[in-house]
Amino acid sequence: MTATALVTTGKPAPRKKMTRKKWQTVVWFVALIAITLVVIYPLVWLFASTFKPNSEFGQNQGLIPLEPTLQNYATIMEGIGGVPMWRFFMNSLILAVAAVVGTLFSSSLAAYAFARVKFKGLGIFFSAMIGTLLLPVHVVIIPQYIWFNKLGLVDTFVPLILPKFLATEAFFVFLMVQFIRNLPRDMDEAARIDGAGHGRIFWSVILPLIKPSLITGAIFAFIWTWNDFLAPLLYLNSPENYPLPIALNLYNDQTSTSDYGATVTASFVALIPILLFFIVFQRFLVNGVATQGLKG
Amino acid sequence: MSTTETRRVVTAQGPGRPARPKATPAQRRRTLRETRAGYTFLLPWMIGFLGLTVGPMAYSLYLSFTSYNLFAPPKWVGFENYIRLFTDDPVFVQSATITLVYVVVGTPIKLAAALAVALLLNYRDRGAAFFRSAFYAPSLIGASVSVAIVWRAMFNTDGPVDSALSSVGINLGGWIGNVDLVVPMMILLAVWQFGATMVIFLAGLKQVPKELYEAAEMDGAGALRRFKTVTMPMLSPVVFFNLLLELVGAFQVFASAYIISNGTGGPAGMTNFITLYLYKRGFSDSQMGYASAIGWIVMIVVAVIAVILFRTQKSWVHYSGDDR
Repeated sequence: MTATALVTTGKPAPRKKMTRKKWQTVVWFVALIAITLVVIYPLVWLFASTFKPNSEFGQNQGLIPLEPTLQNYATIMEGIGGVPMWRFFMNSLILAVAAVVGTLFSSSLAAYAFARVKFKGLGIFFSAMIGTLLLPVHVVIIPQYIWFNKLGLVDTFVPLILPKFLATEAFFVFLMVQFIRNLPRDMDEAARIDGAGHGRIFWSVILPLIKPSLITGAIFAFIWTWNDFLAPLLYLNSPENYPLPIALNLYNDQTSTSDYGATVTASFVALIPILLFFIVFQRFLVNGVATQGLKG
Repeated sequence: MSTTETRRVVTAQGPGRPARPKATPAQRRRTLRETRAGYTFLLPWMIGFLGLTVGPMAYSLYLSFTSYNLFAPPKWVGFENYIRLFTDDPVFVQSATITLVYVVVGTPIKLAAALAVALLLNYRDRGAAFFRSAFYAPSLIGASVSVAIVWRAMFNTDGPVDSALSSVGINLGGWIGNVDLVVPMMILLAVWQFGATMVIFLAGLKQVPKELYEAAEMDGAGALRRFKTVTMPMLSPVVFFNLLLELVGAFQVFASAYIISNGTGGPAGMTNFITLYLYKRGFSDSQMGYASAIGWIVMIVVAVIAVILFRTQKSWVHYSGDDR
């Protein structure tokens, strides 16, 4: 706000304005660096704590380990409950990749229908789709569980993956609808005049053009599935099927008093893929969120 | 994001124009072809919508009037579950109360923090991108088990937060086991994830036409007045939409409450948020009918909040432009 004021008032008394502006910039940086420290501190603390021996937890609350060790990493590699760590990691990876594939497939199809096809019922179903953005999970998880249980699919990955192929997460459909709507129609009109049907237009014209929203959608689908706790907690019973969040819960449950170091280190390891995603794709994520006006 | 887009979202208008009433056979064939294409593309979504959303909603509404433990068939009990919840289940009343406090107090604080930092970042472009990304990071991981474990460690007795406060003479003795501090701690965890909302607000601020500020300034409006008369009205559709989404999202808090309390909802039920209580009743105690009733109460509360927000939006949400 003040920036606008300073820019627009412009010329008179340049010297005084300059110093005032410089001073404001310093305050600006200091304030933001202070906020950054508070916001980032828990993550830095987590990282630093992975190198602390168990004896230091509860004693040394600072960042620097007094006797740095890699013992925690060695401990978690062994896994928990007789299942090695890499197995949990693979389960998480399988679920997340399947979620990405399913979400992109089903959401892009639905988004094309909502944004580019004029059919009877369009308005009603579009409103319904938007409505599900606001739907609390509480009214659907119990019947979903009962039905998957009846079908004998509990303790398989099906209840976790199937919904992704059915576009149940309206966020992704909405993200892509918004993106397709903002595309000029010339290209699909031209394709239509050349005799292309909707299938052809979707595949050869629209899909290549909405790549940015597909990438944004893929990243979010991956991260949300990677973090998801409730669904795997409901559906998976055997430790060898557990993804990382449920494995972390085992650490938290059984060993939090005796092996704090391993719990904290496993937590950090579980975050590594997301942090890497964030560092590599942060522009896509932040801009995707900003342009779509939807939260991450 | 333009305000036009937001308006479409908020009023949930379909994108297409309705078919014209009088149609030649060729046009009618075309309409039919379009309809067939539309439903083909929509098929996966439609199966999910009916099979995983509408169907389950209807079934859970039915179950909420029954007693059902997964083994014997559901037994119709009328309104008994609902009556019991409100008259004979202090755990539910406490759970509903702390959830409402968490939602109603936490969400505005989170949005206010997001708006404040967005205004700060909007002051200057150079250097802002770094901070924008740094603040965004917690939103991506905040709901994860890892962060819940970190939070638990940070706020534990003799944890980093406690020892830092002790060193300045504030002796709270840890937040995790303290019945008065554990809900504020959960709110802090939610507020810590202000980044995503901040990014959206920042994008909204960038779209406010500079001329409006110039005009306000020529009229002698100070910074505060410009905020009230220009920034807030222009940003209100974005605020409205995010308030709605954040409120609904806050009702679903689960992983952090579960991890921080080791699945118990303690101390003294103060982290027994409604999703956790539903989980315990439904999946630990196999009281599917009772848990369904809890689910429908959440649904009704969310719907009431949404309706109230939509009803009051005329008085504070400003839509510019001629959308239709």
